[in-house]
Amino acid sequence: MPSAAPSVLIICCGALAREIKTLIRLNQWHHITLTALPAELHNHPEQIPEAIRQKIGEGRKQFRTIFAAYADCGTGGVLDQVLKEEGVERLPGVHCYGLYAGESRFQSLQEQTPGNFYLTDFLVKHFQRLVVESLGIDRYPELKSLYFNHYTQVVYFSQQPTEALLLRAREIADQLLLDFTHVETGLRGMEKILEQKIPLRESVNLSLNLDQHRRVV
Amino acid sequence: MAIDDNSDDINLAELDDKELSLQMQDDLYDGLNEEIAEGTSILLNRGWHPQKVLNEVLVEGMRIVGVDFRDGVLFVPEVLLSANAMKAGMNLLKPLLAETGTSVVGKMVIGTVKGDIHDIGKNLVSMMMEGAGFEVIDIGINNPVENYLLAIEEHKPDILGMSALLTTTMPYMGTVIETLDKENLRNETIVLVGGAPLNEEFGRAVGADAYCRDAAVTVEIAKQLIEERVSQHQQSAIQ
Repeated sequence: MPSAAPSVLIICCGALAREIKTLIRLNQWHHITLTALPAELHNHPEQIPEAIRQKIGEGRKQFRTIFAAYADCGTGGVLDQVLKEEGVERLPGVHCYGLYAGESRFQSLQEQTPGNFYLTDFLVKHFQRLVVESLGIDRYPELKSLYFNHYTQVVYFSQQPTEALLLRAREIADQLLLDFTHVETGLRGMEKILEQKIPLRESVNLSLNLDQHRRVV
Repeated sequence: MAIDDNSDDINLAELDDKELSLQMQDDLYDGLNEEIAEGTSILLNRGWHPQKVLNEVLVEGMRIVGVDFRDGVLFVPEVLLSANAMKAGMNLLKPLLAETGTSVVGKMVIGTVKGDIHDIGKNLVSMMMEGAGFEVIDIGINNPVENYLLAIEEHKPDILGMSALLTTTMPYMGTVIETLDKENLRNETIVLVGGAPLNEEFGRAVGADAYCRDAAVTVEIAKQLIEERVSQHQQSAIQ
């Protein structure tokens, strides 16, 4: 059982919260506290930097180390400016799904096919709300072709895939009239980054066996 | 206000010119294609010059849409519907504008950069620039630097517009501008950049003439830079 109070705060995007929570639990990172901002901010990336700054301000008194579990996320470098001012580190790269897949693998996929539309477990589950409704496709179906005209395939980076998630991801690809590719990334990419970026004092780092984890769950 | 007896529909033909113009701007705001096409036809039949319909009704309507988008009143879906409605009016006006030989304000080549397939912003800019009297050559999506160079060589534009939605693709704008420099084309071409993750600082860093926040702002900046350029040329000629 943990003896120390939480000393690290991770401010994460809602799209990563479940996965990071899983890693905290499996690794027994009892010194880490997680707080999340709404994933909907991705539809207004200009609001992300200040929302994170506010969370940092709230966490300063209680936590010695604060980490932002965000990539650049479409802020065009503004998030980095804010984090530099606040002395807080973030996830590397430009998109969190790139991090799941590994930056070089993601880059190579993106260079091969610029028309990839990426899904994660989170996006598969919340596609209707975050994509269809946020982009107004439910109200104005004619917009679908405007948004997805030049995409060629859906790439599903799965973290903890189930039959139901795979089926839903395929349905999304069908709905968008796109080809479908499934790449099982697991959580190891994210775990490695957190291990590098966050002090793991007081932690017991269990090397994850996600297959085993899924069987237990 | 003229409203049909049996419905809430407004009979556009019964409105006077001022009322109709304002009603069409409302319809544009609401993204009503058929009403915009109908209103455009009515104004043309009343003897309005196509350029007047474009400037005073459609472009002004889209300017209002742009302001409300910037202020967070409207969101992307609504702006796209407004743009579609404007297109319905433009389709009627374009051939007439070509016939009347309306003078071109300037010429622009525009395309999204290599690796980027997102063209919603580019298409909005193209439409607004055409509406403002620019000739627009749209070279489409995913353009390597060679495409820009070819288009510049072929069309000799006043303005080159580059658009990107992805943080990963926006640095390519710098590559294009460096190449223009090397090819001695930079001084001849006004370079405008835009896209969701960009900002003014990025525009300056890659050496663009301006970062354009949205389609309406692009038109304003383009006009201003063209005017400055003309006045510079005039001053040089005098000296």
